[in-house]
Amino acid sequence: MAVVAQVLQSEWTKIKSVRSTVWTLGLALVVTVALGALISAFTSSNFNQMPLKERVNFDPTFTSFAGMGLGQLAMIVFGVLVVSNEYSTGMIRTSLAAVPQRGTFLFSKITVAALVAFVIAMATSFVSFFIGQAMLADHRTSIGDAHVLRAVIGGGLYMTLIAVFSMGIAAMLRSPMLSLGILMPFFFIISNILGAVSATKKVAQYLPDQAGRKVMQVVTIADDAPYGPWGGFAIMALWVVAALAGGYAVLKRRDA
Amino acid sequence: MIELQGLTKRYGEKLAVDGLTCTVRPGIVTGFLGPNGAGKSTTMRMMLDLDRPTHGTVLIDGQHYRQLRDPLRTVGALLDAKAMHGGRSAHNHLLCLAQSNGIPRARVREVLDTVGLASVAGKRSKGFSLGMGQRLGIAGALLGDPQILMFDEPVNGLDPEGIHWIRNLMKNLAAQGRTVFVSSHLMSEMALTADHLIVIGQGRLLADTSMADFIKQNSRSYVRLRSPEVERLLDVLAGAGVTAVTTEDGHLEVDGTEAAELGELAARHRLVLHELSPQQASLEEAFMQLTAESVEYHAHSAPPGADAPPDAAGPPGVAAAPPGGGWGADWQKKKGS
Repeated sequence: MAVVAQVLQSEWTKIKSVRSTVWTLGLALVVTVALGALISAFTSSNFNQMPLKERVNFDPTFTSFAGMGLGQLAMIVFGVLVVSNEYSTGMIRTSLAAVPQRGTFLFSKITVAALVAFVIAMATSFVSFFIGQAMLADHRTSIGDAHVLRAVIGGGLYMTLIAVFSMGIAAMLRSPMLSLGILMPFFFIISNILGAVSATKKVAQYLPDQAGRKVMQVVTIADDAPYGPWGGFAIMALWVVAALAGGYAVLKRRDA
Repeated sequence: MIELQGLTKRYGEKLAVDGLTCTVRPGIVTGFLGPNGAGKSTTMRMMLDLDRPTHGTVLIDGQHYRQLRDPLRTVGALLDAKAMHGGRSAHNHLLCLAQSNGIPRARVREVLDTVGLASVAGKRSKGFSLGMGQRLGIAGALLGDPQILMFDEPVNGLDPEGIHWIRNLMKNLAAQGRTVFVSSHLMSEMALTADHLIVIGQGRLLADTSMADFIKQNSRSYVRLRSPEVERLLDVLAGAGVTAVTTEDGHLEVDGTEAAELGELAARHRLVLHELSPQQASLEEAFMQLTAESVEYHAHSAPPGADAPPDAAGPPGVAAAPPGGGWGADWQKKKGS
Protein backbone atom coordinates (compact mmCIF):
# COMPACT_ATOMS: atom_id res chain seq x y z
CA MET A 1 0.00 0.00 0.00
CA ALA A 2 1.25 3.37 -0.93
CA VAL A 3 1.22 5.89 1.86
CA VAL A 4 -1.20 8.73 1.15
CA ALA A 5 1.13 11.43 2.52
CA GLN A 6 3.87 10.29 0.11
CA VAL A 7 1.50 10.36 -2.85
CA LEU A 8 0.22 13.83 -1.94
CA GLN A 9 3.80 15.09 -1.77
CA SER A 10 4.54 13.48 -5.13
CA GLU A 11 1.49 15.04 -6.75
CA TRP A 12 2.49 18.43 -5.36
CA THR A 13 5.89 18.05 -7.02
CA LYS A 14 4.16 17.05 -10.26
CA ILE A 15 1.79 20.00 -10.29
CA LYS A 16 4.41 22.64 -9.55
CA SER A 17 6.94 21.28 -12.02
CA VAL A 18 4.94 21.85 -15.20
CA ARG A 19 4.36 25.20 -16.83
CA SER A 20 0.69 24.65 -17.67
CA THR A 21 -0.18 25.07 -13.96
CA VAL A 22 1.25 28.59 -13.88
CA TRP A 23 -0.21 29.81 -17.15
CA THR A 24 -3.70 28.36 -16.75
CA LEU A 25 -4.17 29.58 -13.19
CA GLY A 26 -2.46 32.89 -13.97
CA LEU A 27 -4.77 33.37 -16.92
CA ALA A 28 -7.83 32.53 -14.80
CA LEU A 29 -6.90 35.26 -12.32
CA VAL A 30 -5.90 37.92 -14.83
CA VAL A 31 -8.86 37.40 -17.19
CA THR A 32 -11.46 37.31 -14.41
CA VAL A 33 -10.10 40.38 -12.65
CA ALA A 34 -9.47 42.44 -15.78
CA LEU A 35 -12.81 41.69 -17.44
CA GLY A 36 -14.66 42.21 -14.14
CA ALA A 37 -12.97 45.60 -13.70
CA LEU A 38 -13.76 46.59 -17.26
CA ILE A 39 -17.42 45.66 -17.07
CA SER A 40 -17.77 47.27 -13.63
CA ALA A 41 -16.32 50.53 -14.96
CA PHE A 42 -18.56 50.40 -18.01
CA THR A 43 -21.64 49.70 -15.88
CA SER A 44 -20.80 52.56 -13.55
CA SER A 45 -20.54 55.10 -16.34
CA ASN A 46 -23.76 53.92 -18.00
CA PHE A 47 -25.75 53.33 -14.84
CA ASN A 48 -28.23 56.15 -15.44
CA GLN A 49 -29.06 54.92 -18.96
CA MET A 50 -29.94 51.44 -17.69
CA PRO A 51 -33.66 50.40 -17.57
CA LEU A 52 -35.35 50.91 -14.22
CA LYS A 53 -35.78 47.18 -13.60
CA GLU A 54 -32.05 46.59 -13.93
CA ARG A 55 -31.25 49.54 -11.71
CA VAL A 56 -33.61 48.26 -8.99
CA ASN A 57 -32.16 44.75 -9.13
CA PHE A 58 -28.59 45.95 -9.51
CA ASP A 59 -26.11 43.56 -7.82
CA PRO A 60 -22.74 45.29 -7.47
CA THR A 61 -21.08 42.13 -6.11
CA PHE A 62 -22.20 39.93 -8.99
CA THR A 63 -21.29 42.68 -11.49
CA SER A 64 -17.70 42.63 -10.26
CA PHE A 65 -17.66 38.86 -11.01
CA ALA A 66 -18.61 39.46 -14.65
CA GLY A 67 -15.18 38.16 -15.74
CA MET A 68 -15.76 34.70 -14.28
CA GLY A 69 -17.73 33.53 -17.32
CA LEU A 70 -14.53 33.77 -19.35
CA GLY A 71 -12.07 33.20 -16.52
CA GLN A 72 -13.68 29.86 -15.65
CA LEU A 73 -12.54 28.56 -19.04
CA ALA A 74 -8.92 28.84 -17.85
CA MET A 75 -9.93 26.96 -14.70
CA ILE A 76 -11.45 24.25 -16.92
CA VAL A 77 -8.20 24.02 -18.90
CA PHE A 78 -6.27 23.70 -15.64
CA GLY A 79 -8.56 20.95 -14.36
CA VAL A 80 -8.49 19.03 -17.63
CA LEU A 81 -4.72 19.27 -18.14
CA VAL A 82 -3.85 18.23 -14.58
CA VAL A 83 -5.55 14.88 -15.15
CA SER A 84 -5.36 14.24 -18.89
CA ASN A 85 -1.66 15.16 -19.14
CA GLU A 86 -0.99 11.81 -17.51
CA TYR A 87 -2.67 10.05 -20.42
CA SER A 88 -1.53 12.22 -23.30
CA THR A 89 2.13 11.94 -22.27
CA GLY A 90 2.13 8.25 -21.27
CA MET A 91 3.13 9.29 -17.73
CA ILE A 92 0.09 7.39 -16.42
CA ARG A 93 1.89 4.03 -16.80
CA THR A 94 4.86 5.29 -14.80
CA SER A 95 2.54 6.87 -12.21
CA LEU A 96 0.40 3.76 -11.72
CA ALA A 97 3.46 1.51 -11.55
CA ALA A 98 4.63 3.73 -8.67
CA VAL A 99 1.17 3.93 -7.05
CA PRO A 100 -0.88 0.90 -8.06
CA GLN A 101 -3.77 1.85 -5.76
CA ARG A 102 -5.75 3.75 -8.34
CA GLY A 103 -8.10 5.43 -5.89
CA THR A 104 -5.19 6.74 -3.82
CA PHE A 105 -3.52 7.98 -6.99
CA LEU A 106 -6.56 9.76 -8.45
CA PHE A 107 -7.87 11.32 -5.27
CA SER A 108 -4.42 12.46 -4.10
CA LYS A 109 -3.94 14.15 -7.45
CA ILE A 110 -7.37 15.78 -7.30
CA THR A 111 -6.92 16.86 -3.67
CA VAL A 112 -3.65 18.62 -4.43
CA ALA A 113 -4.98 20.20 -7.63
CA ALA A 114 -8.20 21.28 -5.90
CA LEU A 115 -6.24 22.94 -3.09
CA VAL A 116 -4.08 24.83 -5.57
CA ALA A 117 -7.19 25.84 -7.54
CA PHE A 118 -8.91 26.90 -4.30
CA VAL A 119 -6.11 29.28 -3.33
CA ILE A 120 -6.07 30.93 -6.77
CA ALA A 121 -9.87 30.97 -7.03
CA MET A 122 -10.27 32.69 -3.65
CA ALA A 123 -7.62 35.25 -4.55
CA THR A 124 -9.36 35.79 -7.90
CA SER A 125 -12.72 36.29 -6.26
CA PHE A 126 -11.52 38.75 -3.63
CA VAL A 127 -9.35 40.75 -6.01
CA SER A 128 -12.20 40.88 -8.56
CA PHE A 129 -14.55 42.09 -5.88
CA PHE A 130 -12.36 44.88 -4.55
CA ILE A 131 -11.20 46.14 -7.95
CA GLY A 132 -14.73 45.85 -9.32
CA GLN A 133 -16.18 47.84 -6.41
CA ALA A 134 -13.55 50.52 -6.87
CA MET A 135 -14.62 50.80 -10.52
CA LEU A 136 -18.30 50.96 -9.59
CA ALA A 137 -17.57 54.07 -7.50
CA ASP A 138 -20.95 55.47 -6.34
CA HIS A 139 -22.80 52.22 -7.02
CA ARG A 140 -20.50 50.02 -5.01
CA THR A 141 -21.25 47.77 -2.09
CA SER A 142 -19.06 46.87 0.87
CA ILE A 143 -17.73 43.53 2.07
CA GLY A 144 -19.45 44.18 5.38
CA ASP A 145 -22.93 44.43 3.87
CA ALA A 146 -25.43 41.61 4.25
CA HIS A 147 -24.58 38.47 2.20
CA VAL A 148 -21.67 40.14 0.41
CA LEU A 149 -18.89 38.19 2.13
CA ARG A 150 -20.83 34.95 1.47
CA ALA A 151 -21.03 35.85 -2.23
CA VAL A 152 -17.31 36.63 -2.48
CA ILE A 153 -16.33 33.38 -0.76
CA GLY A 154 -18.93 31.70 -2.95
CA GLY A 155 -17.18 33.07 -6.06
CA GLY A 156 -13.95 31.38 -4.96
CA LEU A 157 -15.74 28.11 -4.23
CA TYR A 158 -17.54 28.24 -7.60
CA MET A 159 -14.26 28.61 -9.52
CA THR A 160 -12.72 25.78 -7.47
CA LEU A 161 -15.58 23.41 -8.18
CA ILE A 162 -15.52 24.22 -11.90
CA ALA A 163 -11.88 23.05 -11.91
CA VAL A 164 -12.64 19.90 -9.88
CA PHE A 165 -15.63 19.05 -12.09
CA SER A 166 -13.32 19.29 -15.11
CA MET A 167 -10.86 16.93 -13.40
CA GLY A 168 -13.60 14.34 -13.00
CA ILE A 169 -14.68 14.68 -16.63
CA ALA A 170 -11.06 14.42 -17.81
CA ALA A 171 -10.56 11.26 -15.72
CA MET A 172 -13.54 9.77 -17.54
CA LEU A 173 -12.62 10.87 -21.06
CA ARG A 174 -8.79 10.78 -20.74
CA SER A 175 -8.18 12.80 -23.88
CA PRO A 176 -7.46 16.50 -23.27
CA MET A 177 -8.88 17.53 -26.65
CA LEU A 178 -12.11 15.62 -26.13
CA SER A 179 -12.55 16.92 -22.58
CA LEU A 180 -11.90 20.54 -23.55
CA GLY A 181 -14.00 20.15 -26.69
CA ILE A 182 -16.96 19.20 -24.55
CA LEU A 183 -16.47 21.37 -21.45
CA MET A 184 -15.51 24.70 -23.03
CA PRO A 185 -18.46 25.09 -25.41
CA PHE A 186 -20.78 23.66 -22.79
CA PHE A 187 -19.94 26.17 -20.08
CA PHE A 188 -19.32 29.12 -22.36
CA ILE A 189 -22.21 28.80 -24.81
CA ILE A 190 -24.62 25.88 -24.43
CA SER A 191 -25.43 26.36 -20.75
CA ASN A 192 -26.12 30.06 -21.34
CA ILE A 193 -28.38 29.39 -24.31
CA LEU A 194 -30.34 26.75 -22.39
CA GLY A 195 -30.68 29.18 -19.49
CA ALA A 196 -31.92 32.01 -21.73
CA VAL A 197 -34.55 30.04 -23.66
CA SER A 198 -37.77 29.87 -21.63
CA ALA A 199 -38.54 26.29 -22.72
CA THR A 200 -35.31 24.90 -21.27
CA LYS A 201 -34.82 27.37 -18.45
CA LYS A 202 -36.45 25.19 -15.80
CA VAL A 203 -34.03 22.34 -16.56
CA ALA A 204 -30.99 24.50 -17.22
CA GLN A 205 -31.09 25.98 -13.75
CA TYR A 206 -29.99 22.59 -12.44
CA LEU A 207 -26.84 22.58 -14.59
CA PRO A 208 -23.68 22.80 -12.48
CA ASP A 209 -22.64 26.29 -13.47
CA GLN A 210 -26.10 27.88 -13.29
CA ALA A 211 -26.88 26.33 -9.93
CA GLY A 212 -23.44 27.11 -8.56
CA ARG A 213 -23.53 30.73 -9.67
CA LYS A 214 -26.38 31.39 -7.24
CA VAL A 215 -23.97 31.51 -4.31
CA MET A 216 -22.17 34.49 -5.89
CA GLN A 217 -25.29 36.63 -6.06
CA VAL A 218 -26.40 39.04 -3.36
CA VAL A 219 -29.55 40.43 -4.98
CA THR A 220 -31.90 37.66 -6.09
CA ILE A 221 -34.84 38.24 -8.38
CA ALA A 222 -38.18 37.06 -6.98
CA ASP A 223 -39.28 34.62 -9.75
CA ASP A 224 -35.92 32.90 -9.79
CA ALA A 225 -34.74 29.36 -9.00
CA PRO A 226 -36.37 27.11 -6.40
CA TYR A 227 -33.14 26.93 -4.37
CA GLY A 228 -31.15 29.37 -2.26
CA PRO A 229 -27.46 30.28 -2.58
CA TRP A 230 -26.18 27.26 -0.69
CA GLY A 231 -28.87 25.04 -2.18
CA GLY A 232 -27.57 25.95 -5.63
CA PHE A 233 -24.03 25.34 -4.47
CA ALA A 234 -25.04 21.92 -3.15
CA ILE A 235 -26.50 21.04 -6.57
CA MET A 236 -23.20 21.96 -8.17
CA ALA A 237 -21.33 19.93 -5.56
CA LEU A 238 -23.48 16.90 -6.45
CA TRP A 239 -22.46 17.28 -10.10
CA VAL A 240 -18.84 17.36 -9.00
CA VAL A 241 -19.23 14.23 -6.86
CA ALA A 242 -20.88 12.45 -9.80
CA ALA A 243 -18.04 13.46 -12.17
CA LEU A 244 -15.41 12.26 -9.69
CA ALA A 245 -17.24 8.98 -9.12
CA GLY A 246 -17.41 8.46 -12.88
CA GLY A 247 -13.71 9.27 -13.25
CA TYR A 248 -12.80 6.85 -10.47
CA ALA A 249 -14.97 4.10 -11.95
CA VAL A 250 -13.28 4.47 -15.35
CA LEU A 251 -9.76 4.51 -13.88
CA LYS A 252 -10.52 1.52 -11.68
CA ARG A 253 -11.92 -0.59 -14.49
CA ARG A 254 -9.95 0.28 -17.59
CA ASP A 255 -6.43 -0.73 -18.54
CA ALA A 256 -3.88 2.04 -18.22
CA MET B 1 11.13 -13.97 -8.48
CA ILE B 2 8.18 -13.46 -10.79
CA GLU B 3 5.62 -16.21 -11.34
CA LEU B 4 3.12 -16.11 -14.19
CA GLN B 5 0.23 -18.51 -13.75
CA GLY B 6 -2.05 -19.11 -16.71
CA LEU B 7 -1.83 -15.44 -17.63
CA THR B 8 -4.39 -14.59 -20.30
CA LYS B 9 -5.45 -11.32 -21.88
CA ARG B 10 -8.27 -11.05 -24.36
CA TYR B 11 -9.09 -7.93 -26.35
CA GLY B 12 -12.51 -8.61 -27.80
CA GLU B 13 -12.10 -11.58 -30.10
CA LYS B 14 -8.33 -11.52 -30.04
CA LEU B 15 -6.23 -13.39 -27.51
CA ALA B 16 -3.16 -11.21 -26.92
CA VAL B 17 -1.73 -13.47 -24.22
CA ASP B 18 -2.84 -17.06 -24.00
CA GLY B 19 -2.38 -19.04 -20.81
CA LEU B 20 1.22 -18.06 -20.14
CA THR B 21 2.80 -19.97 -17.26
CA CYS B 22 6.46 -19.48 -16.44
CA THR B 23 8.83 -18.34 -13.73
CA VAL B 24 11.45 -15.60 -13.88
CA ARG B 25 14.26 -16.42 -11.48
CA PRO B 26 16.71 -14.18 -9.64
CA GLY B 27 20.43 -14.01 -10.31
CA ILE B 28 20.20 -14.31 -14.07
CA VAL B 29 19.12 -12.25 -17.04
CA THR B 30 15.93 -13.72 -18.49
CA GLY B 31 15.26 -12.79 -22.08
CA PHE B 32 11.64 -12.44 -23.15
CA LEU B 33 11.60 -12.96 -26.85
CA GLY B 34 8.95 -12.82 -29.50
CA PRO B 35 8.12 -11.17 -32.79
CA ASN B 36 6.26 -7.86 -32.89
CA GLY B 37 2.72 -8.24 -31.61
CA ALA B 38 3.48 -11.50 -29.78
CA GLY B 39 2.14 -10.09 -26.51
CA LYS B 40 5.39 -9.15 -24.77
CA SER B 41 4.39 -5.63 -23.78
CA THR B 42 0.89 -6.71 -22.76
CA THR B 43 2.44 -9.37 -20.52
CA MET B 44 4.77 -6.83 -18.94
CA ARG B 45 1.92 -4.39 -18.36
CA MET B 46 -0.05 -7.14 -16.63
CA MET B 47 2.95 -7.87 -14.42
CA LEU B 48 2.78 -4.26 -13.22
CA ASP B 49 -0.99 -4.38 -12.76
CA LEU B 50 -1.46 -1.73 -15.45
CA ASP B 51 -3.63 -4.09 -17.50
CA ARG B 52 -6.02 -6.50 -15.83
CA PRO B 53 -5.56 -10.13 -16.91
CA THR B 54 -8.66 -11.83 -18.31
CA HIS B 55 -7.54 -14.97 -16.46
CA GLY B 56 -4.54 -15.98 -14.41
CA THR B 57 -2.26 -14.10 -12.07
CA VAL B 58 1.22 -12.71 -11.67
CA LEU B 59 2.96 -13.09 -8.34
CA ILE B 60 5.95 -10.97 -7.39
CA ASP B 61 7.81 -12.73 -4.57
CA GLY B 62 4.48 -14.37 -3.76
CA GLN B 63 2.44 -11.14 -3.74
CA HIS B 64 0.27 -9.31 -6.23
CA TYR B 65 1.83 -6.12 -7.53
CA ARG B 66 -0.85 -3.92 -5.98
CA GLN B 67 -0.19 -5.47 -2.56
CA LEU B 68 3.41 -4.27 -2.56
CA ARG B 69 4.22 -1.44 -0.20
CA ASP B 70 6.30 1.13 -2.10
CA PRO B 71 6.41 -1.02 -5.26
CA LEU B 72 9.33 0.87 -6.81
CA ARG B 73 11.52 -0.53 -4.04
CA THR B 74 10.64 -4.06 -5.16
CA VAL B 75 10.17 -3.79 -8.93
CA GLY B 76 11.74 -1.27 -11.28
CA ALA B 77 10.41 -1.17 -14.81
CA LEU B 78 11.20 0.53 -18.07
CA LEU B 79 8.15 0.20 -20.28
CA ASP B 80 8.46 2.77 -23.00
CA ALA B 81 10.96 5.55 -23.24
CA LYS B 82 8.43 8.34 -23.38
CA ALA B 83 6.19 7.36 -20.45
CA MET B 84 6.85 10.76 -18.88
CA HIS B 85 5.62 14.34 -19.03
CA GLY B 86 7.84 16.14 -21.53
CA GLY B 87 7.43 19.47 -19.77
CA ARG B 88 8.95 18.20 -16.54
CA SER B 89 12.70 18.22 -15.97
CA ALA B 90 14.55 14.92 -15.62
CA HIS B 91 15.22 15.69 -11.97
CA ASN B 92 11.60 16.54 -11.16
CA HIS B 93 10.33 13.51 -13.06
CA LEU B 94 12.42 11.25 -10.84
CA LEU B 95 11.70 13.31 -7.73
CA CYS B 96 7.92 12.84 -7.96
CA LEU B 97 8.44 9.10 -8.44
CA ALA B 98 10.83 8.95 -5.48
CA GLN B 99 8.45 10.87 -3.21
CA SER B 100 5.51 8.61 -4.00
CA ASN B 101 7.50 5.63 -2.73
CA GLY B 102 9.31 7.28 0.15
CA ILE B 103 12.69 7.12 -1.57
CA PRO B 104 15.17 9.76 -0.31
CA ARG B 105 15.77 12.77 -2.58
CA ALA B 106 19.54 12.09 -2.71
CA ARG B 107 18.85 8.90 -4.63
CA VAL B 108 17.59 10.97 -7.60
CA ARG B 109 21.05 12.49 -8.04
CA GLU B 110 22.66 9.06 -7.74
CA VAL B 111 20.61 7.41 -10.48
CA LEU B 112 21.01 10.42 -12.77
CA ASP B 113 24.77 9.95 -12.37
CA THR B 114 24.46 6.22 -12.99
CA VAL B 115 22.69 6.69 -16.32
CA GLY B 116 24.87 9.63 -17.34
CA LEU B 117 22.18 12.32 -17.33
CA ALA B 118 23.48 14.40 -14.41
CA SER B 119 24.45 17.26 -16.72
CA VAL B 120 20.91 17.60 -18.12
CA ALA B 121 19.08 17.01 -14.82
CA GLY B 122 17.38 20.41 -14.98
CA LYS B 123 16.40 20.13 -18.65
CA ARG B 124 12.86 19.30 -19.70
CA SER B 125 12.65 15.79 -21.09
CA LYS B 126 10.74 17.07 -24.14
CA GLY B 127 14.07 17.97 -25.73
CA PHE B 128 15.65 14.60 -25.04
CA SER B 129 16.63 12.20 -27.81
CA LEU B 130 15.11 8.73 -27.81
CA GLY B 131 18.30 7.39 -26.23
CA MET B 132 18.27 10.02 -23.47
CA GLY B 133 14.59 9.30 -22.79
CA GLN B 134 15.50 5.62 -22.56
CA ARG B 135 18.24 6.41 -20.04
CA LEU B 136 15.84 8.51 -17.97
CA GLY B 137 13.36 5.61 -18.01
CA ILE B 138 16.14 3.29 -16.82
CA ALA B 139 17.01 5.79 -14.07
CA GLY B 140 13.37 5.56 -12.97
CA ALA B 141 13.62 1.77 -12.88
CA LEU B 142 16.78 1.87 -10.75
CA LEU B 143 15.42 4.56 -8.41
CA GLY B 144 14.10 2.29 -5.65
CA ASP B 145 17.15 -0.03 -5.79
CA PRO B 146 14.73 -2.91 -6.53
CA GLN B 147 15.50 -6.63 -6.50
CA ILE B 148 13.44 -7.12 -9.66
CA LEU B 149 14.02 -5.20 -12.88
CA MET B 150 11.97 -5.29 -16.05
CA PHE B 151 13.04 -3.68 -19.30
CA ASP B 152 10.84 -3.57 -22.39
CA GLU B 153 13.06 -3.29 -25.49
CA PRO B 154 15.75 -1.34 -23.63
CA VAL B 155 18.21 -1.00 -26.51
CA ASN B 156 15.70 0.77 -28.74
CA GLY B 157 17.11 4.09 -29.83
CA LEU B 158 20.41 3.67 -28.03
CA ASP B 159 23.70 4.27 -29.81
CA PRO B 160 26.35 1.50 -29.79
CA GLU B 161 27.95 2.92 -26.65
CA GLY B 162 24.55 2.99 -24.99
CA ILE B 163 23.79 -0.57 -26.05
CA HIS B 164 27.09 -1.75 -24.61
CA TRP B 165 26.32 0.12 -21.40
CA ILE B 166 22.83 -1.38 -20.96
CA ARG B 167 24.14 -4.91 -21.63
CA ASN B 168 26.73 -4.55 -18.89
CA LEU B 169 24.22 -2.92 -16.59
CA MET B 170 21.82 -5.86 -16.94
CA LYS B 171 24.57 -8.41 -16.41
CA ASN B 172 25.82 -6.57 -13.33
CA LEU B 173 22.33 -6.30 -11.87
CA ALA B 174 21.85 -10.04 -12.33
CA ALA B 175 25.28 -10.77 -10.87
CA GLN B 176 24.18 -8.91 -7.73
CA GLY B 177 21.47 -11.55 -7.36
CA ARG B 178 18.62 -9.49 -8.82
CA THR B 179 15.91 -10.73 -11.13
CA VAL B 180 16.38 -9.17 -14.56
CA PHE B 181 13.62 -9.62 -17.14
CA VAL B 182 14.23 -8.06 -20.52
CA SER B 183 12.13 -8.20 -23.65
CA SER B 184 13.40 -8.02 -27.19
CA HIS B 185 12.50 -9.05 -30.68
CA LEU B 186 16.15 -9.52 -31.59
CA MET B 187 17.65 -12.94 -30.92
CA SER B 188 21.15 -11.65 -31.59
CA GLU B 189 20.75 -9.12 -28.79
CA MET B 190 19.50 -11.75 -26.36
CA ALA B 191 22.31 -14.14 -27.25
CA LEU B 192 24.74 -11.57 -25.85
CA THR B 193 22.95 -10.83 -22.60
CA ALA B 194 20.41 -13.42 -21.54
CA ASP B 195 21.12 -16.56 -19.51
CA HIS B 196 17.61 -17.87 -19.86
CA LEU B 197 15.04 -17.53 -22.63
CA ILE B 198 11.28 -17.35 -22.62
CA VAL B 199 9.97 -17.27 -26.19
CA ILE B 200 6.38 -16.42 -27.02
CA GLY B 201 4.45 -16.15 -30.27
CA GLN B 202 0.83 -15.02 -30.60
CA GLY B 203 0.61 -14.93 -26.83
CA ARG B 204 1.59 -18.57 -26.35
CA LEU B 205 4.68 -19.95 -24.70
CA LEU B 206 6.95 -21.47 -27.38
CA ALA B 207 10.08 -22.12 -25.37
CA ASP B 208 11.29 -21.77 -21.79
CA THR B 209 14.89 -22.85 -21.80
CA SER B 210 18.39 -21.87 -20.75
CA MET B 211 20.35 -19.93 -23.34
CA ALA B 212 23.05 -22.65 -23.40
CA ASP B 213 20.49 -25.34 -24.23
CA PHE B 214 18.88 -23.17 -26.85
CA ILE B 215 22.24 -22.60 -28.55
CA LYS B 216 23.15 -26.29 -28.33
CA GLN B 217 19.85 -27.33 -29.87
CA ASN B 218 19.59 -24.68 -32.48
CA SER B 219 23.02 -23.68 -33.70
CA ARG B 220 23.38 -26.58 -36.14
CA SER B 221 26.66 -26.64 -37.98
CA TYR B 222 26.88 -28.56 -41.21
CA VAL B 223 28.85 -28.75 -44.44
CA ARG B 224 27.36 -27.85 -47.79
CA LEU B 225 28.45 -29.73 -50.87
CA ARG B 226 27.78 -29.15 -54.52
CA SER B 227 28.91 -31.45 -57.27
CA PRO B 228 28.02 -32.10 -60.95
CA GLU B 229 27.97 -35.82 -60.04
CA VAL B 230 25.47 -35.77 -57.22
CA GLU B 231 24.43 -39.42 -57.55
CA ARG B 232 28.03 -40.71 -57.34
CA LEU B 233 28.77 -38.36 -54.48
CA LEU B 234 25.78 -39.69 -52.56
CA ASP B 235 26.97 -43.28 -53.11
CA VAL B 236 30.46 -42.41 -51.93
CA LEU B 237 29.14 -40.68 -48.84
CA ALA B 238 26.80 -43.54 -48.07
CA GLY B 239 29.68 -45.98 -48.51
CA ALA B 240 31.70 -44.04 -45.94
CA GLY B 241 28.74 -44.06 -43.50
CA VAL B 242 28.01 -40.36 -43.88
CA THR B 243 24.36 -39.27 -44.14
CA ALA B 244 23.66 -36.44 -46.56
CA VAL B 245 20.48 -34.56 -47.16
CA THR B 246 19.64 -33.22 -50.61
CA THR B 247 18.15 -29.76 -50.60
CA GLU B 248 15.65 -28.35 -53.10
CA ASP B 249 18.29 -26.56 -55.14
CA GLY B 250 20.46 -29.64 -55.53
CA HIS B 251 22.93 -29.08 -52.70
CA LEU B 252 23.94 -31.72 -50.25
CA GLU B 253 24.10 -31.00 -46.56
CA VAL B 254 26.13 -33.13 -44.21
CA ASP B 255 25.91 -33.01 -40.44
CA GLY B 256 28.61 -34.05 -38.05
CA THR B 257 31.53 -34.52 -40.44
CA GLU B 258 34.37 -32.06 -40.91
CA ALA B 259 34.73 -30.28 -44.26
CA ALA B 260 38.36 -31.43 -44.55
CA GLU B 261 37.37 -35.06 -44.14
CA LEU B 262 34.67 -34.75 -46.83
CA GLY B 263 37.11 -33.07 -49.20
CA GLU B 264 39.63 -35.84 -48.79
CA LEU B 265 36.92 -38.45 -49.29
CA ALA B 266 35.86 -36.81 -52.55
CA ALA B 267 39.47 -36.54 -53.71
CA ARG B 268 40.12 -40.23 -53.07
CA HIS B 269 37.17 -41.04 -55.36
CA ARG B 270 38.26 -38.44 -57.92
CA LEU B 271 34.96 -36.55 -57.57
CA VAL B 272 34.60 -32.97 -58.79
CA LEU B 273 33.25 -30.64 -56.13
CA HIS B 274 31.96 -27.18 -56.99
CA GLU B 275 31.41 -26.25 -53.42
CA LEU B 276 32.59 -27.46 -50.05
CA SER B 277 31.67 -25.01 -47.33
CA PRO B 278 31.14 -25.26 -43.59
CA GLN B 279 27.87 -23.57 -42.54
CA GLN B 280 26.49 -22.39 -39.23
CA ALA B 281 22.77 -21.79 -38.79
CA SER B 282 22.43 -18.59 -36.82
CA LEU B 283 20.38 -18.27 -33.64
CA GLU B 284 18.36 -15.62 -35.43
CA GLU B 285 17.34 -18.24 -37.99
CA ALA B 286 16.51 -20.71 -35.24
CA PHE B 287 14.37 -18.10 -33.54
CA MET B 288 12.62 -17.20 -36.76
CA GLN B 289 11.83 -20.84 -37.42
CA LEU B 290 10.51 -21.25 -33.90
CA THR B 291 8.19 -18.29 -34.26
CA ALA B 292 7.46 -18.49 -37.99
CA GLU B 293 4.08 -20.09 -37.38
CA SER B 294 3.07 -17.31 -35.09
CA VAL B 295 4.40 -14.20 -36.79
CA GLU B 296 1.45 -11.89 -37.00
CA TYR B 297 2.59 -9.23 -39.41
CA HIS B 298 4.31 -10.57 -42.50
CA ALA B 299 6.16 -8.45 -44.98
CA HIS B 300 5.61 -9.54 -48.55
CA SER B 301 8.57 -9.22 -50.84
CA ALA B 302 6.91 -11.05 -53.73
CA PRO B 303 3.51 -10.23 -55.17
CA PRO B 304 0.91 -12.39 -53.46
CA GLY B 305 0.47 -15.73 -55.16
CA ALA B 306 3.42 -15.25 -57.51
CA ASP B 307 5.37 -18.22 -56.27
CA ALA B 308 3.15 -19.57 -53.57
CA PRO B 309 3.04 -23.32 -53.38
CA PRO B 310 -0.39 -24.71 -54.20
CA ASP B 311 -0.98 -25.95 -50.64
CA ALA B 312 -0.75 -22.43 -49.24
CA ALA B 313 -3.79 -21.32 -51.18
CA GLY B 314 -6.00 -23.47 -49.01
CA PRO B 315 -8.74 -25.86 -49.97
CA PRO B 316 -11.25 -24.74 -52.58
CA GLY B 317 -14.16 -22.86 -51.11
CA VAL B 318 -12.07 -21.33 -48.34
CA ALA B 319 -11.54 -17.66 -49.07
CA ALA B 320 -8.13 -17.31 -47.49
CA ALA B 321 -5.60 -19.58 -45.93
CA PRO B 322 -5.28 -19.19 -42.16
CA PRO B 323 -2.62 -16.50 -41.71
CA GLY B 324 -0.45 -18.51 -39.30
CA GLY B 325 -0.19 -21.88 -40.98
CA GLY B 326 -0.39 -20.88 -44.63
CA TRP B 327 2.07 -18.03 -44.70
CA GLY B 328 4.38 -19.59 -42.16
CA ALA B 329 4.60 -22.77 -44.21
CA ASP B 330 5.28 -20.72 -47.30
CA TRP B 331 8.04 -18.85 -45.55
CA GLN B 332 9.61 -22.00 -44.17
CA LYS B 333 9.64 -23.66 -47.56
CA LYS B 334 11.46 -20.81 -49.20
CA LYS B 335 13.89 -20.17 -46.41
CA GLY B 336 14.20 -23.68 -45.02
CA SER B 337 17.55 -25.39 -45.18
